[in-house]
Amino acid sequence: MDFSYSSEQKLLQDSANKFALKGYGFERYKETLKITGQLDAATWAQMAEFGWLALPLPESVGGLGGSGTDISLVAEALGAGMVLEPFVAGLVLPGKLLALAGSEAQQKRLLEPLAEGQLQLAVAWAEQGDRQNPVHCATQAKADGQGYVISGRKLCALNAPNAQRLIVSARSAGSAGESAGISLFEIDPSAPGVTLTPYKVMGGGTAADVVLDQVRVSADALIGPAGDAFGVLDAALDHATAASCAQALGAMHALLERTANYLKVRKQFGVAIGSFQALQHRLVDMSIEIEQSRSMVLMASVRVDSADADERRRAVSATKAYLGQASKFVAQQAVQLHGGIGVTEELDVGHFFRQLTAFGTLYGDRERHLDRVAGLPRAA
Amino acid sequence: MDLDFSPEDQAFRAEIRAWMQANVPPKAGPEIGLPSHLETQAAWERKLGKKGWLAYNWPTEYGGPGWTATQRYIFDTERAAAGAPGASPFGLAMLGPVLMSFGSPEQKARYLPPIAAGELFWCQGYSEPGSGSDLASLKTQAVRDGDHYVVNGQKIWTTQAHWASYIFCLCRTNTEVPKQQGISFLLIDMKTPGLEIRPIMTIDGHHHLNEIFLTNVRVPAENLVGKEGDGWTIAKFLLTHERTAIAGVSDSLYQMEELRRAVASDQAHADDPLVRRRLAALEVDLIALEYTNLRTLDRVARGQAPGPESSGLKVKGAEMQQAISEAQVELGGLSALPWMSDHAAGHEVFRGATQRYNFLRASSIYGGTNEIQKNVLAKLLLGMG
Repeated sequence: MDFSYSSEQKLLQDSANKFALKGYGFERYKETLKITGQLDAATWAQMAEFGWLALPLPESVGGLGGSGTDISLVAEALGAGMVLEPFVAGLVLPGKLLALAGSEAQQKRLLEPLAEGQLQLAVAWAEQGDRQNPVHCATQAKADGQGYVISGRKLCALNAPNAQRLIVSARSAGSAGESAGISLFEIDPSAPGVTLTPYKVMGGGTAADVVLDQVRVSADALIGPAGDAFGVLDAALDHATAASCAQALGAMHALLERTANYLKVRKQFGVAIGSFQALQHRLVDMSIEIEQSRSMVLMASVRVDSADADERRRAVSATKAYLGQASKFVAQQAVQLHGGIGVTEELDVGHFFRQLTAFGTLYGDRERHLDRVAGLPRAA
Repeated sequence: MDLDFSPEDQAFRAEIRAWMQANVPPKAGPEIGLPSHLETQAAWERKLGKKGWLAYNWPTEYGGPGWTATQRYIFDTERAAAGAPGASPFGLAMLGPVLMSFGSPEQKARYLPPIAAGELFWCQGYSEPGSGSDLASLKTQAVRDGDHYVVNGQKIWTTQAHWASYIFCLCRTNTEVPKQQGISFLLIDMKTPGLEIRPIMTIDGHHHLNEIFLTNVRVPAENLVGKEGDGWTIAKFLLTHERTAIAGVSDSLYQMEELRRAVASDQAHADDPLVRRRLAALEVDLIALEYTNLRTLDRVARGQAPGPESSGLKVKGAEMQQAISEAQVELGGLSALPWMSDHAAGHEVFRGATQRYNFLRASSIYGGTNEIQKNVLAKLLLGMG
């Protein structure tokens, strides 16, 4: 057993922290919020230059084949620096999906430019009423001659407004709730029958609802085996969820630092408010939750690479369930302890609050993941 | 980063598990976090002592097995998983490390071997009626008289005093200096004339606690540990050792399994989605606690001081024990209400649940209340007094 980082991982962590905490900052975050798509091409190019966009991708396509731990180190730094660019939704999720299921040709065509920062991808998988469980996919893909005709509605596909290509889950057999019968397709968002309703997401980033009305795709748009893509979608979502938890941990820790500092400098009744026990204990409770969350993120970032799918599922869902609650607690305490200034847009604290609120929902809320833990077979 | 146990560790686990299965004593009653039957407990500790595993946290030079931090963790989880009680902590986890660091060669030679063998029970004379969280205000006085100290005062909440041969006792030896500097650490034979014990029954229905009255108790001066006035330093040293030991992670893992076993005995109950979700929520909290504990062990194994993760362990560990026992009571329903009955119809785990739940209210009080732990943590976070 060994909880320490390798020297390469420490270097990776240092460079990610330096960029996110010193190079990026609240000002750049606010500027990026004003850009359509909330994605600054210069920042994305910088992230490519650092090699972070290659990190989750296989070496065969110019990736670095990084581990879950490597990815989590970068994600945590980006979270602490409130970097808006879609590291998880635009890279980890589609990257892992294609790495797991894509053909050699698809990987070369899509992952090489992804690693270089030349391509934006989005995965449209969630649907109304699915509680963010991909097994409830109801979108239909009907075999038709040499290809498929796809119809359905996707909800809140993150980064879709920026994407040149969408990866869509659709059912070529079975019915919603069955894991068999789900396929993945590469779809051009400008193809006939595809309608995107783009919007900003609370806390930063963009998404779109996607309506697919008799969208025709050729057979080579199929990613992975027909009707048997649930396993890879489930795994790729676990990678995205683990990275998203690391990002949230970064934000939670940033809030702890800001709150501790504020308690030291803010004076009322002639003394620093940090001298009041009622406030001290709230701060301590934040710190305890963050340490517990860190333990979970360390654990999940290792187990997400496990060859045992149930071990991976248990680790990731337990972590998301834990952080789903802990992140809300930390964010609420941070706002409360900052008082009036905490509820304004003027301070970064309120923006972290928004991001962590969104985190609670994205990739499945606490209840969804508790139910997933409950449904897994128990290890002997 | 590697979270798996090495093949050597796994072989070690198998060895411990096999031994536990062959040697764990039959239950003398529901485990509640503290043993309540002296004979069973003493026999179990002597058995472990004979095997050389009782003082499993100790280095070899003092009769411990010299295990790594990981091995100690494995041993304790296997001990708990087998349903065996933990050893009484006062000699093994508290006084032992104190004597190793502060004791004289004579004190080490006299006390450590019988503690490691399970032949000598201790109790802890810290709290007084007027000195709980504000421990340094303690009033029990030890006055030097020739080659003795004469001790007068009162101690309270003294766990297992009625089993103990000795008490390690914080006494005031100087009233002229700031309160922390006037305290000394004395070892007192419980059979000394003038020392009286009164039992205090707790809400779990058992006798763990006592009040101790000391009236002109004459203690040989050689029973002073360290120097006069070192008592507070020693007390703080002891409390940090106590803190990780009483997070109780191994026992929480065991009680969680017990809860699962009890719920599974009633299929309709086990299939209730809200029950399933509640169990999952406890499991998730327990994973977080377990890995926080492992992170601390990993640091200690590297020779580093426990990090910020360790200070919250006691707080979270206590809350975890309380939450599991609370779930045992609530999910047990009517099966948890029979009091001290071995014959009622409900599942055995549920039958012991109220005793555990009631007892474990103390887990956020003893060893420094959770609120005092938070005061300590706040100082670290804010760097202000």
